[in-house]
Amino acid sequence: MASLQSLDIKQRSATTTSSPSVRRQTEVSKLIDVSKCIGCKACQVACMEWNDIRDEVGVNVGVYDNPPNLTENSWTVMRFTEYENTEANRLEWLIRKDGCMHCADPGCLKACPSPGAIVQYSNGIVDFVQENCIGCGYCVAGCPFDVPRISRKDNKAYKCTLCSDRVAVGLEPACVKTCPTGAITFGSKEDMIEHGQERIVDLKERGFQNAGLYDPPGVGGTHVMYVLQHADRPEIYHGLPNDPSISPTVSLWKGAFKPLALLAMGMTALGGFFHYIKVGRYDVDAHAPDEEHEEEVR
Amino acid sequence: MTNHWSDIKNTDLVLIMGGNAAEAHPCGFKWVTEAKAHNKAKLVVVDPRFTRSAAMSDYYAPIRTGTDIAFLGGVINYLISNDKIQHEYVKHYTNATFIINEKFELNEGIFSGYDETKRRYDPSSWGYELDHDGYAKVDETMQHPRCVYQILKKHYSRYTPELVSQICGTPQDAFLKVCEHISSTAAPNRVMTIMYALGWTQHSQGSQMIRTGAMVQLLLGNIGLPGGGMNALRGHSNIQGLTDLGLLSNLLTGYMTLPGEKEQDYEKYVAARTLKPLRPNQVNYWQNFPKFQVSLMKAWYGKAATKENNWAFEYLPKLDKQYDVLQAFELMGQGKMNGYICQGFNPLASFPNKAKIIHGLSKLKFLVTMDPLATETSEFWKNFGPYNDVDPAKIQTEVFRLPTTCFAEEDGSIVNSGRWLQWHWKGAEGPGEALTDPEIMAELFVRLRALYAKDGGAFPDPIMNLEWSYRIPTEPSPEELAKEYNGRALVDLTDPKDPTKVLLKAGEQVPGFAMLRDDGSTACGCWIFAGCWTQAGNQMARRDNSDPYGIGQTLNWAWSWPANRRVLYNRASSDAAGKPWNPHHKLVFWTGDKWGGSDVPDMPPTAAPDQNVGPFIMNAEGVARLFAPTGLADGPLPEHYEPFESPVPVNLMNPKNPKAFSNPAARVFKGDMEAFGTSKDFPYAATTYRLTEHFHYWTKHVDVCAIIQPQQFVEIGEELAKEKGVKAGDKVKVRSNRGEIIAVAVVTKRIKPLDCGGVKVHHVGIPIHWGFKGVARMGYLANTLTPFVGDANTQTPEFKSFVVNIEKA
Repeated sequence: MASLQSLDIKQRSATTTSSPSVRRQTEVSKLIDVSKCIGCKACQVACMEWNDIRDEVGVNVGVYDNPPNLTENSWTVMRFTEYENTEANRLEWLIRKDGCMHCADPGCLKACPSPGAIVQYSNGIVDFVQENCIGCGYCVAGCPFDVPRISRKDNKAYKCTLCSDRVAVGLEPACVKTCPTGAITFGSKEDMIEHGQERIVDLKERGFQNAGLYDPPGVGGTHVMYVLQHADRPEIYHGLPNDPSISPTVSLWKGAFKPLALLAMGMTALGGFFHYIKVGRYDVDAHAPDEEHEEEVR
Repeated sequence: MTNHWSDIKNTDLVLIMGGNAAEAHPCGFKWVTEAKAHNKAKLVVVDPRFTRSAAMSDYYAPIRTGTDIAFLGGVINYLISNDKIQHEYVKHYTNATFIINEKFELNEGIFSGYDETKRRYDPSSWGYELDHDGYAKVDETMQHPRCVYQILKKHYSRYTPELVSQICGTPQDAFLKVCEHISSTAAPNRVMTIMYALGWTQHSQGSQMIRTGAMVQLLLGNIGLPGGGMNALRGHSNIQGLTDLGLLSNLLTGYMTLPGEKEQDYEKYVAARTLKPLRPNQVNYWQNFPKFQVSLMKAWYGKAATKENNWAFEYLPKLDKQYDVLQAFELMGQGKMNGYICQGFNPLASFPNKAKIIHGLSKLKFLVTMDPLATETSEFWKNFGPYNDVDPAKIQTEVFRLPTTCFAEEDGSIVNSGRWLQWHWKGAEGPGEALTDPEIMAELFVRLRALYAKDGGAFPDPIMNLEWSYRIPTEPSPEELAKEYNGRALVDLTDPKDPTKVLLKAGEQVPGFAMLRDDGSTACGCWIFAGCWTQAGNQMARRDNSDPYGIGQTLNWAWSWPANRRVLYNRASSDAAGKPWNPHHKLVFWTGDKWGGSDVPDMPPTAAPDQNVGPFIMNAEGVARLFAPTGLADGPLPEHYEPFESPVPVNLMNPKNPKAFSNPAARVFKGDMEAFGTSKDFPYAATTYRLTEHFHYWTKHVDVCAIIQPQQFVEIGEELAKEKGVKAGDKVKVRSNRGEIIAVAVVTKRIKPLDCGGVKVHHVGIPIHWGFKGVARMGYLANTLTPFVGDANTQTPEFKSFVVNIEKA
């Protein structure tokens, strides 16, 4: 997504130019109430249709999740977990809509070496600007949620834009508009936190003592938040990180190496090296952790 | 639905049983989340599988497929034995006090009046005991041994928690927990809604399952109240409209029935349907049958329908038997039905025992399909490898495929589950040569009529005299059709009390069905739709969603049949004196001189409470029927029968009577009984169902839907998978006595084996959505497996309960 005139850019990857600051813009957030989600995948369809993306018709790998993982054409997927709650002696089918969390402190943006390929708007949305993307895959390594995907077609990184183009003109993201049960809501981050708190009260009354809001501080909070029935154990929701933070490699790169980053030649060489390692490894290993995890919880 | 979608938000408890609303009705399910979020409602789900609805529930209990009557019969027993009855409601609004004929009995699972050779009941012994005036005798104390309450109590005392658990496989504590939830709504100010769908309809005892649910609701006093009711979730868009308009083979519009072959006499035909009140002061609305029927005949035949020719009664077919779809395919197979017009459905995919359907279609001379899509049915003759292994050289059927527009490519109204007729406007023009269904039907009709005019025929009158005054005869417009359904005055209609006063001028649209007359002065295509397009215009196109009472009663949004009434039997939302049971959710109540409130009263507007006019105005009794003396083919009280294919060897409810193993009044064709499998060869209970990602066999033609659920699968529990050496993602072969399919296995914790009286029952879950046409991966039609038998009343096939075997492919 290119720069949108009605959204100010707060941060720009690999850039030191100062940001505009005249306009007052509200921080936004999407709130996903896992306890209301029926896993209908209408949000996946809305995402495909609004953004003109289509995966191939795939196969069933023995689960409801389809496509089975995020791809450059599937920016959101539903993750289904069958969880035996032994304490309450009941089965729970936890269905989590996965996709970019739009971190306040975005690891992808921090890791990105290409000027302006990743931006953060002042409303909090983190967006990829494909025309500036060099396809190095650093964002993949920088993301604590394993979200960005590099397209095999144009070798550029893609992920959920939080429908920045819709939000810029006062609309809610496509997934929010389509959600039939009201499990996905959108508004100012402040309002979404308040709404989340109401939901948590209801869930506690229904016996979910550890219901809570997922807005992890390790990445400065997120602009996509979850209401979880078991906020004490985010990992049971198909491996949602318990305490996500930006990888030390990225922090090092942005800390000690930052002055050197201006040395374009060095950066390009290093970029090429990392690209080789990361993209290669990404293709081979992308599914492995998920499968392992499935074995454990299914 | 007795109620409607947005009304669900008023409930205290949602019971989803015989359906999976979150999965199959995700948009409507939002009202469940609304009730939970804003009315502190609880959700209880009873299903063989832990479904998407169960994932949203406060409590889930498993049940063996096809045993819902046993479960609900157990609930009735629990309510009666624990005194969790809404006594005032039961006494005043149901037939609990009515006394039944002394000849009525139940013997080892068979009711009196059974003819085994015909598999049919004579219901004459199920009637009420009548007094000299022809009114039913009642006992207000409900102590008479033959009063309905006592009969009910005795009948369901057999449905003990122990036996329920053995039959249903529901652990006893889980069953009792569900009973506890349900019984909490016996309090007059608490209400439960039951949401069901094909999970109850598609059984050989489906009508009775639904009836048992309704009886539970009546005992709890939950019918007619906001947030209550029996709510059938209709699947196909406008399937509600289909039944309203009488598209079933034995119906006329507005739930009037066609004559049988023994009803050649018009007077007798009318008399049998013009009911006499069974209690004093009752509305008995079907006494108006002649007004609706004559107005229909005037709409169809205009001037050709006269008093002298009994309003063209001889034009109506007289049925020798029910011509439901199962019957149609049986007749095709016998070579007795040679041509078939298949409008907007895909029987090869949608009807049971695919081999029998192929056999029937192959014997036709011609088949016409009218559909927006290239359906499996339209290519039944083509070989698609293992998915449709036929030899085209051996099939001589000539197939005509007529492309139609789809709903988004035409104007018109769709009736939703809540009986709202909502007008919609086309979003796009149809592609290519597609025409709307009315255009195709009109072209066919106009050409047929020309042939009759030219060549004559055995009986040309019903064709030649059909009223066809559309502006363009080959293109009746949706507006013209809608106005015809509403009805109009044919002459100036005067006030019966004052003949000088003209109520409606000739040619004007009637304001409602109360204006219809039986003297040929009105025409009305569908009496229950009268009021949808009045002199004030198209009421279905109204879009004012203001909700003055804040309980979702938006009377100016679209139009609801009957009479724009949103909740049926709504007079029962108030007590006998006319005061609302729940002052916070007022619906209809007595204001001192009339009935008022947030809905159109289902009651004569000025019938004061002390006149004892019952709220169930469509019944001759004026009250609801806990015991049904007429109307059902398979007994006045629901009794548990096993599915025709069952994983258990005996019906534990009547273990000594093999004749009462499965529904004794269900019709089974010769050869189909032999095609049933037994638990010996096919030990697993199977059930078919739908997934949120797809709609029937349509959306496999849509790329986005194919992407999110691309390939056919079946679901099995972990224990069965382990036994069979199957891992998630493996291919498995599922066999019934009629065929086999191969699909990917989804191995899940959500299906657990059930202990059914010592028999361990595993379920195999079979989603239906795949076939050999479309953009999703090719799959087998799930109905390759299903048995060719239907409900004893509706003939809806038993898709939900049959037996299979399974192995790793």
